[in-house]
Amino acid sequence: MKPPPFEYFAPASVKETLDLLREHGDQAKLLAGGQSLVPMLNFRLVRPGALIDLNGVPGLDGIREEPGMLRIGAMTRQRAVERSAVVRERCPLLAEAMPQIGHVQIRNRGTIGGSLVHADPAAELPAVVAALGGELIVRGAAGERTIAAADFFVGYLTTAVAADELLVAVRLPVAPPRAGHAFVEVSRRHGDFALVGVAVTVTLDGSGVCTSAAIAVTGVGPAPVVAADAVAALVGQRPATTAFEEAARRVSAQLEPHSDLHASAEYRKQVGGVLTRRALALASERAAGASR
Amino acid sequence: MRRKEDPRLLTGRGKYAADVRLPGMRHAAVLRSPYPHARLRAIRRDGALAMPGVFAVVTAADLGDVARIPLRMGQRSPANPALQPPLARDRVRYVGEPIAVVLADSRYLAEDALERLDVEYEALPIVPDALRALEPGAAVLHDEAPGNIVDRLVTTTGDAAALAAAPVRLAERFTVQRHTGVPMETRGLTAAYDAATRVITLWGVAKVPHFNRRVLADLLGHPEHLIHFIELEVGGGFGVRGEFYPEDFVVPWAARRFGHPVQWVEDRREHLMATNHSRQQFHEVEIGVERDGRILALRDRFVVDLGAYIRTHGVVVPELTAALMPGPYRIASYSSEALCVLSNKTPTGTYRGPGRYECTFVRERLVDLVARELGLDPADVRRRNFIPPEAMPYDVGGGSLGQKTVYDVGDYRSAFESALDALGYEAARAEQTAARAHGRHVGIGIGCVVEKAGLGPWEYARAEVDATGHVVLYSGVASVGQGIETTLAQVAAAELGVSVDDITVVHGDSASVPYGVGGFASRGASVALPAALYAARKLRDKIVRVAAMLLEAAPEDLVIDGRRVAVRGMPDRSVAFRDVARAAIPGPPGMDPGLTASHFFEAPKMTYPYGTHLAMVEVDAETGQVKILKYVITYDVGKAINPMIVDGQLVGALAQGIGGALYEELVYDDAGQLLTTSFMDYLLPTAMEMPVTTVARILEETPTPLNPLGAKGVGEGGSSGAGAAIANAVADALAPFGVMVRSLPLSPDRVLALIRMGGPEMAPHTPNARSVPGNP
Ligand SMILES: Cc1cc2nc3c(=O)[nH]c(=O)nc-3n(C[C@H](O)[C@H](O)[C@H](O)COP(=O)(O)OP(=O)(O)OC[C@H]3O[C@@H](n4cnc5c(N)ncnc54)[C@H](O)[C@@H]3O)c2cc1C
Repeated sequence: MKPPPFEYFAPASVKETLDLLREHGDQAKLLAGGQSLVPMLNFRLVRPGALIDLNGVPGLDGIREEPGMLRIGAMTRQRAVERSAVVRERCPLLAEAMPQIGHVQIRNRGTIGGSLVHADPAAELPAVVAALGGELIVRGAAGERTIAAADFFVGYLTTAVAADELLVAVRLPVAPPRAGHAFVEVSRRHGDFALVGVAVTVTLDGSGVCTSAAIAVTGVGPAPVVAADAVAALVGQRPATTAFEEAARRVSAQLEPHSDLHASAEYRKQVGGVLTRRALALASERAAGASR
Repeated sequence: MRRKEDPRLLTGRGKYAADVRLPGMRHAAVLRSPYPHARLRAIRRDGALAMPGVFAVVTAADLGDVARIPLRMGQRSPANPALQPPLARDRVRYVGEPIAVVLADSRYLAEDALERLDVEYEALPIVPDALRALEPGAAVLHDEAPGNIVDRLVTTTGDAAALAAAPVRLAERFTVQRHTGVPMETRGLTAAYDAATRVITLWGVAKVPHFNRRVLADLLGHPEHLIHFIELEVGGGFGVRGEFYPEDFVVPWAARRFGHPVQWVEDRREHLMATNHSRQQFHEVEIGVERDGRILALRDRFVVDLGAYIRTHGVVVPELTAALMPGPYRIASYSSEALCVLSNKTPTGTYRGPGRYECTFVRERLVDLVARELGLDPADVRRRNFIPPEAMPYDVGGGSLGQKTVYDVGDYRSAFESALDALGYEAARAEQTAARAHGRHVGIGIGCVVEKAGLGPWEYARAEVDATGHVVLYSGVASVGQGIETTLAQVAAAELGVSVDDITVVHGDSASVPYGVGGFASRGASVALPAALYAARKLRDKIVRVAAMLLEAAPEDLVIDGRRVAVRGMPDRSVAFRDVARAAIPGPPGMDPGLTASHFFEAPKMTYPYGTHLAMVEVDAETGQVKILKYVITYDVGKAINPMIVDGQLVGALAQGIGGALYEELVYDDAGQLLTTSFMDYLLPTAMEMPVTTVARILEETPTPLNPLGAKGVGEGGSSGAGAAIANAVADALAPFGVMVRSLPLSPDRVLALIRMGGPEMAPHTPNARSVPGNP
């Protein structure tokens, strides 16, 4: 469990980083918190010729409020996001998901960008970004481009970030008034990746009718599954158990999960529905609370 | 009483196997078979040897005509032992089997070189598990074990016809999954050879160092006295660490062969595929009872999956399973047949509570099924069957480790009632009923345990006062982190009238401890401590004799206090230990010179501690998650030398028992590949998975007559009952669904599958949505 040989680079700027990326092409790997990459190196599952360490690159971290949006730098530590008052207030779904990622020690090193680019099929953050319809800001030699969440998560451990590009930030819409959220998951142990996890938001109008909602499920496929059909069961209605159950049924029906060591496809399909129902109930309760 | 070990361990000063650094040391990495079964056609090493920093590559051909790794002393030799060679020569039989060892300037380079070793394999048909190993036409793994059977162990006692005649009979199948001990510190060994003195020194040995030294001496053809071992700290043993493994031969062999120190440190991936696995058994069991629940007869047939080779433990795990299957109950007619079977998987050995974790799960599940069948409270069925204290010593019928199973002492009912009391059994039942009315699935499970401890055949101790008046206790026991230094010091201190801090404990160094058996089988308290007690007593006699000479007083008038000997009532007529020690050579006429005394304590019979596990769990019937609300263990240890250590042993063992019940499983696919090779996949419980509340009640109601301390040993009982209690609790919680728990671990996926399979006649109404939504 020792990594194969690689060359190590510690660039001091984004420009230098991009130059290195261009020079080494798909031989290069960026190192952020190392919490996914280093184990993969040690298992020799990845063999980059060049390891480019982002930890000394300034300007890639921090949480900033923008009009209607929250911008989180790619190198922001997961723990910093978890502890941020702004995040808790503006983006409570993200705040609720954070402590469900691994353990404190992992989150102290692990970064937001690392998790999103690594795109583990059972990770929490991709589901949050998908549910919220966030945007990912990527920089390459030709400049910056913005990718919608729906286009970002391409497949198993794969995103739309090109080999010579760098994720610099994620932008998430702030929660509107009378909105509720929930992130619920089942994992084998505390801190494990989710067997199934569900991120939802529910927004009500002044009379308590659902005006919009979002559901994204993690752990059930190569990338987060956004359940538009299930959302349709809710919008235009007052939140109620029957609507939650219908949405849950639709989510279950939509899922085509895989089996692995820790749970069967059948389990994930069934529990995806259960968690959807629970998450919607909790989010609706919170939305109603926020409306009072 | 704080542990003597803790100041150095807690301040990071402990020195472990991987901490050894020697000049010129080479680092070893092991090439392991990626195939579960294959012929080795060729091994080409040129590519690896050409790499800078790579020093040597060792294969079976280099080792020459070395014998296979033998069974450990005292283990029953199976009929068809299929022992493992240190390196595979022409055939590999499990994924992870060592084929070659690379020595390089660093572990990094050594692992790079592994990738350049070019091995030609010819895949052979595989035997994926012990059940399929028995099918006609199955591949045969070893010529010496026809049909892949290494042994068949049979136990019978009582009237064989009793089962057929019983008014109520129940038959069931149970399986316990493959899992094992996973110490925080993996294995590791450093060896150095001094060509001038021909001494081979080993750092990082564990558990049974003296025995392993003899094995190494035999295998190497090297004089035993020229092998010096040093134990260092051991970060957990649990039965798996410290047995003689292939690496324990190759590392010192290479050090002697090349004249350079060699270090090998097992990584976690290696650990999960190379260190002994354990526990995998398939039982078919039948019980016959009276209508009031009294057990008349028990018949068990089981297959144990031993993996690809017989390692040092031989067939001791199935032997212990059979020996202790009857547990705390009077069962007049008992029979057991164990088929010990090979498969293309990692070889197996003992793991904390070997055989008992398995048999307790099977027996206690069965007792619960009896209760369900007869409509009785499972507590009452147990009450009706306990062996009463007045029946002690009680001959169970079978035997293990060359001894008949004769329980020495025990009041099983008392330990049982104590557990019910600690839980508040009646109140817990009421809580369960109330919870059920709210759609919550709470269950209570019982697991009664009879353990065995204090395995001999003997242990050695020597007590000395050095010329500066300091007391040293040498023991042949091995430390596996259990706190044995502290309890050794306690026992010697009490005998010598000095404080625990005044005693230095030395163990695990063959230069200063010539004899020893080791640290396993819960034997420290009941075998090593009595040896220390008697050695200290003999030393005390010598101290007093020499002091009597110096003080010109009668020995019976002397008292020891604070490393001084004084005439009773006359504190100014006293002499310090240092002066006594200096006068002890030659000492008074007729005395063996020197303040040193040794003792071999022999323990021909094992002792049988016992207790009850109770688990109260809540199951989320929609997600299959099991939460342990409260856990109770009562355990009668005869005498708790150090209650804090006993408590730590019970709770630590419980964590592992919970692992086996809910999380841990070594999973192979049908192609014979081990899928659980990291902690992402092999799930150990963490502090977060421990019960919300844990009560460990240490009982001292029945001291054993087998040793002067009355202590019974406590290493394993905290684990043995956990699979049973938790499985029974989950089954109880899900009783409305008609589930049948037959196997472990109870992962969420399995729990939901059990609910889906629940008897249709008992199909429940849809569970209510929980009143508070959200993730439990
Ligand atoms: C024990 C343990 C438990 C865990 N549990 C969970 C869990 O429950 N849920 C969960 O979601 N995660 C979990 N993780 C993973 C953890 O969240 C990782 O931190 C995260 O997946 C990767 O972030 P990182 O900063 O460590 O990235 P790294 O490991 O450094 O990098 C990961 C990948 O992203 C690429 N990368 C990183 N930053 C950028 C960037 N700015 N632009 C382009 N590419 C980039 C790297 O090249 C690499 O391919 C766990 C990890 C461990 C060790």
